[in-house]
Amino acid sequence: MSNTDFTLAVEDLTVSFDGFKAIDAFNLYIDRNELRVIIGPNGAGKTTLLDLICGRTKASAGSIKFNNTELTRMAEYKRVRLGIGRKFQTPSIYENLTVFQNLEVSYPKGRTVMGALAFKCDDEVKARVQVVAEDIFLADRLDLEAGLLSHGQKQWLEIGMLLMQSPELLLLDEPIAGMSARERDLTAELLQRICKNRAVIVIEHDMEFVKRIAHKVTVMHQGKMLAEGPMEKVQADPKVIDVYLGH
Amino acid sequence: MKAIQELIKRYQLASLLVLTLLLAVVLPLSLDIFRLNLIGKYLTYAFVAVGLVMVWGYGGVLSLGQGVFFGLGGYAMAMFLKLEASDPVTTAIQSTPGIPDFMDWNQITALPAFWLPFKSLPLTLIAVIAVPTLLAWIISFAMFKRRVGGVYFAIITQAVALIVTVLIIGQQGYTGGVNGMTDLKTLLGWDTRTNSAKYILYYLCVALLVGSIVLCRWIQTSKAGTLLLAMRDKEDRVRFSGYDVADFRIFTFCLAAALSGIGGALFSLQVGFMSPSFVGIVPSVEMVIFAAVGGRMSLVGAVYGTLLVNAGKTYFSESFPDLWLFLMAALFIGVTMAFPMGLAGLWESHVVPWWSKRKNKGKGGDAEPAGTDAAPPAAVAATAKPARQASADSALTKGLSDVGAQSAIPGSI
Repeated sequence: MSNTDFTLAVEDLTVSFDGFKAIDAFNLYIDRNELRVIIGPNGAGKTTLLDLICGRTKASAGSIKFNNTELTRMAEYKRVRLGIGRKFQTPSIYENLTVFQNLEVSYPKGRTVMGALAFKCDDEVKARVQVVAEDIFLADRLDLEAGLLSHGQKQWLEIGMLLMQSPELLLLDEPIAGMSARERDLTAELLQRICKNRAVIVIEHDMEFVKRIAHKVTVMHQGKMLAEGPMEKVQADPKVIDVYLGH
Repeated sequence: MKAIQELIKRYQLASLLVLTLLLAVVLPLSLDIFRLNLIGKYLTYAFVAVGLVMVWGYGGVLSLGQGVFFGLGGYAMAMFLKLEASDPVTTAIQSTPGIPDFMDWNQITALPAFWLPFKSLPLTLIAVIAVPTLLAWIISFAMFKRRVGGVYFAIITQAVALIVTVLIIGQQGYTGGVNGMTDLKTLLGWDTRTNSAKYILYYLCVALLVGSIVLCRWIQTSKAGTLLLAMRDKEDRVRFSGYDVADFRIFTFCLAAALSGIGGALFSLQVGFMSPSFVGIVPSVEMVIFAAVGGRMSLVGAVYGTLLVNAGKTYFSESFPDLWLFLMAALFIGVTMAFPMGLAGLWESHVVPWWSKRKNKGKGGDAEPAGTDAAPPAAVAATAKPARQASADSALTKGLSDVGAQSAIPGSI
């Protein structure tokens, strides 16, 4: 595949599970500073796509390039170290640790065994935790056990854990699931803030929310791209209407 | 003063100090040398149990083959001692003098090449740690890099234990077979069977055990310890935060193997022989039981568990030899069903809250007549709530700041 100046270039990506093609010759290009939302009915392959990009699922064919580095055969943790952060659908945080410790553990230093043994939580780490905690509205909850946070706050915390690593590409799977209206407002504002200087891919079902945050929308259906473009254009697309109403 | 208190709490030095006092002062003063030597033997198993706390409790990976590493360390030491005991003068009646007796019985006429390093004590001491660690690395690298874990890993380690036992028993001429290596007498000319030698070896064992616990505790409190707990509960989150989960598991498994090897070497020194009966499946499972009874999250608890189960074993197997195995099995099932965190867990859930409740009552009683308005209701509230809630409250009321601190650190005793 040729090189591009996109942050993420997915080309001809295919994955098949026992012959069933969950992702079928899929193409996707994401720019820096772009916030892309992927929508589509259940089973369209949205989460599988994120799994392929971050390495949780291995691709059967095709190419995923991150800043022109081929990812398809790279180990997950190496992709993370290149600058790809993944938030899971259900908030995945360390419930027994405090908010502070959750963020501290995610700090991208001391990632090898020996590094982790020698790791010291110095002022630099503390300052970074403070900055991120303010970003995700949890600055006054640092000493609280993460398991005691509300569902929405857990979502924020997981985003914060990714931000600790200053990733260039953020993959967020349903970040506002289980959030109150006020929390959604804050999250929309948060997402607009954090897509500066990086690319963000969000999977979301709530069309009102998508409209508020998306720069561009990609509609997936049965592992293929159905439509792509600004929200208004995509919403008016007869193919999209058909898929959504048909189900 | 505050800093020292912090340090004591962080590294749980108080419980370690109590254990050290028990092992180094109370037991030697109250037991005769025969019994003390027996305790020393149990303590060599405690090295394995402490390793299991790291690998099973913290790492979340159950190994049913720790006896292999105990055995390798033990055999390494025993080979050195056996060579020393087989000098040409004492073995003059053999057809080949100067080689271990069991080799002579098996028509072996020259010392095999892999025995040669064990003529040197420094090389032997290196082998005591290096050989178990290397085997552990090979097993764990092959398994963890392929993401084999849980039950499958346990079964594979059990198979390894069986294979190694069969190998040792089968290669009688090289290993002493089912009898193992017996008649180990001296270490560099120092008779290890005298009472004074037994005392010295016992204290060496205690010192190394306490050192191992401190080392493990230091690892637990480092970022690596936090990550071990994190990957036990949320493996994918750790992996997708840029950590190679397998590397951390390999490290922990190798650490546990190295500790087991040290324990094995001390066993050979104190007991004077080594045999396949300490390598196979049964001893490996027993060692898991020691850790489980003591509490698989507690380094100190694992030592108590080892001592108690072995004391029970010695007592019951003398009185009811036929019943012992059933009792052991019942104990393991009972522990996992009724108190999965072992003795340390019981201590944490029953004794500690009871103690702080008593302490608080005293505090509240003093505060009331003095007329302070904030402290008594807070004290009552803190005792009425479960420990977790109390830790949040205590941050607000400074006077109670020590109440919930233990429960804030996951898996502490």
